[in-house]
Amino acid sequence: MTDGMKLFVGLMVLIAGGALAFLAYGGIGENLVYYWSPTEMADHGDEAIGAQIRLGGVVEEGTLKWDKVTNDLRFNVSDGTKSVPVEGHSVPPQMFREAVGVVVEGTLREDGVFVSDRLLVKHDNQYQAPEDGSAPDMDALRQSMTPES
Amino acid sequence: MLTNAVLGRGLILLSIALAASGAIVGFWGGRRRTEAAHQWSKSLAYSFGFSLILANVVMIKALIQHDFAVKYVAQVGSRSTPLHITIVSLWSSLEGSILFWGAVLGIFTVAFVYRVADKHRDMAPYTIGTILTIGVFFGVLLAGPANPFLDTPQPIPLDGPGPNPLLQNHLLMIIHPPMLYAGYVGMTIPFAMGVAALLRGRLGAGWMRPIRTWMLIPWGFLTAGIVLGGWWAYEVLGWGGYWAWDPVENASFLPWLTASAFLHAAMLQERRGILKGWTLMLLLTTFCLTILGTFMTRSGVFNSVHSFTQSPIGPAFLVFLGIAMVASIVLVALRMHLLTPEGEVRSPASREAAFIMNNMLFVFFTFLVLVGTVFPLLAEAVRDVKISVGEPYFNRLGVPIAISIVFMMGIGPALPWGRASKDELVKILGPPTAAGLLVTGLAAAMGVRQFLPAVTMFVSGFAAYVSLHDMVEPVLVRHRRGGVAWGTAMAEAWTRGRRRYGGQIVHLGVAMMAVGIALSSSYKIVTEGVIDRGESLSVGDYTLRFEGASQETLPHRRSTIADMTVMDLSGKVLGTLQPRMNHYRGQMNPIGTPAVRSSLFEDLYLSVMTIDPEGKYVGMRAFVNPMIYWIWLAAGIMVLGCLVAGWPTRAEERAAAPAQGAPA
Repeated sequence: MTDGMKLFVGLMVLIAGGALAFLAYGGIGENLVYYWSPTEMADHGDEAIGAQIRLGGVVEEGTLKWDKVTNDLRFNVSDGTKSVPVEGHSVPPQMFREAVGVVVEGTLREDGVFVSDRLLVKHDNQYQAPEDGSAPDMDALRQSMTPES
Repeated sequence: MLTNAVLGRGLILLSIALAASGAIVGFWGGRRRTEAAHQWSKSLAYSFGFSLILANVVMIKALIQHDFAVKYVAQVGSRSTPLHITIVSLWSSLEGSILFWGAVLGIFTVAFVYRVADKHRDMAPYTIGTILTIGVFFGVLLAGPANPFLDTPQPIPLDGPGPNPLLQNHLLMIIHPPMLYAGYVGMTIPFAMGVAALLRGRLGAGWMRPIRTWMLIPWGFLTAGIVLGGWWAYEVLGWGGYWAWDPVENASFLPWLTASAFLHAAMLQERRGILKGWTLMLLLTTFCLTILGTFMTRSGVFNSVHSFTQSPIGPAFLVFLGIAMVASIVLVALRMHLLTPEGEVRSPASREAAFIMNNMLFVFFTFLVLVGTVFPLLAEAVRDVKISVGEPYFNRLGVPIAISIVFMMGIGPALPWGRASKDELVKILGPPTAAGLLVTGLAAAMGVRQFLPAVTMFVSGFAAYVSLHDMVEPVLVRHRRGGVAWGTAMAEAWTRGRRRYGGQIVHLGVAMMAVGIALSSSYKIVTEGVIDRGESLSVGDYTLRFEGASQETLPHRRSTIADMTVMDLSGKVLGTLQPRMNHYRGQMNPIGTPAVRSSLFEDLYLSVMTIDPEGKYVGMRAFVNPMIYWIWLAAGIMVLGCLVAGWPTRAEERAAAPAQGAPA
């Protein structure tokens, strides 16, 4: 093998090794999005602050406030046990209203308010939010989310 | 009584019998190489193909007739669905889609036997044997856990819920799945050809050429299918984008990456006789990835790892995948001695080295996407924690890899085989570098100043120059040195180098797509707000005025349409757009259809978030997406290049005939 080739092969191996290391230790860990209910998020305490989370639950009755002019959206997400205040800045989708199943994607702020980037409300017929305030079936709720909704 | 259900079930059982016996005859014929075995394997393969195609025809008939006694029709049929959607609902739901898979496999089997079997008598029986073994698996699935022809339990309903409303919104949903299926299922054929070569113990150029062609066909379909999927997501789902690194999207992308790597490695093997084992592994891996992809998307495993065992379909695919992987590894290990290289790579400044680098980049990209896609499944299985991997993971490394691949697309064809001296390097790479810088400069003048988009401009310009130069140079040489007229020079260059021209056209398409993706991602503008009737919302250089709402009622859906007037900054009316909110019969949730105003350089995209039925206000999300159309056009160019490269020439057909018995 010529010296040029040795260098080339060495470079390839280095790149491959570095890439694998990056994959193993780098990228994934920081980019995980967790699916939690309010109770699960509370259980994780301070760990949850700043992490990318998809918070699932039901829009708590009496908590929905939306300003049409500023697009300021506020409501609480509840799983029957714990409830989390959510702040968003978007126009809510058609089906969004109280007592409806929702998955909110965003991060938890230090003051305990969940700041949302995305609201996932569309879901299919199979999932019905519980009427009596009991805990929503998280698996069923997630399953009912269409992709990119 | 010969009802649709009975007929359908009968045809599927028939297909299993034909596949099983055909597989046995095929493998026997591969070993003994008798004429009788050859003919029998062909006949059984044809019959298998036609029986599955016929089963699909029966299902389409049952759907059109609204025969709710057939379980699948009761699941997705509805009397209020328009006819073309009824036909398309064949592939709208799990069991139907596996039945459709069978039809596509049947079509490919018939086509392969017709075109190849007699020209390659030494390889055909083993190939048929492998294809039919895979056919047995799908037949058993269709006869068992994924049976669409089961009888609907009494009482038989008078009407059904209709297919998923997302399917009924757009024309693209009619084309996207068949294209994707043709891409996926089509990978079975080159896989079987590779297995045949390993079983036979011979892998020469004579067989590699057809393998490349039969890989090019599904590659073209898969490219179209993936981009159509992105286009569909863009036009239908309303979030303004076309790719989200969703597991389903990744499932289609993974085999595309390895197939692209294979197409290049196969070229290297043909020209220099190296990397035989690597090329073969890519071929086998591509097929395994299609099975993995089918498993991921059809088993429900992404809703919950624990739910995928609820139906036997998930575990069946997993077991099949395991068998395919083990068989591949064992075969390659047994035939390792065949895979000794005939040449060597002498210098990093050579086309061979560029090809190797290209393959490394593709494989690395595959690994990156695979890990990101499978990681949540492992996490849930092992730690019972529900996560997904966010887009930044894929983009952070994926974008630089993609940019590097585009760069290599320019370097590879420019470098000569063997080695290039420093002086040659400067002469070869100088002009494309200048072209790249020119494109970057032009783009910067028009506002493209961020780092990654600018680099993308450079590599795309670089690669596009090399492709164009590669297409023009042979013509120039013939004309100037050969003294041939322009027309003759072009015709000659075309006939002699059609595969090459096809490849360069594909490369041009890739460069164009890179530009489209880079600019549409980096420079999009989003605004959202509530607009009262008569009021306006601004986005980019557009003003949108809400004129009011209207209603449209069809048998299968009721829609509220927002009438929007589009104006430019000076107030001049450019046109109107009608995004809508649709309520489908039998579905609880409404689904919006965005309205898009496309031009070559920019899309204005409106999505209704919420609308007052009386038209007093509308909640709208508006996007300006630059250069989106380049992505769709680029895909068309790539498919065109694929056709140019793969279309059989008369010379090939004549040459193939006497070459049958020639040693590999």
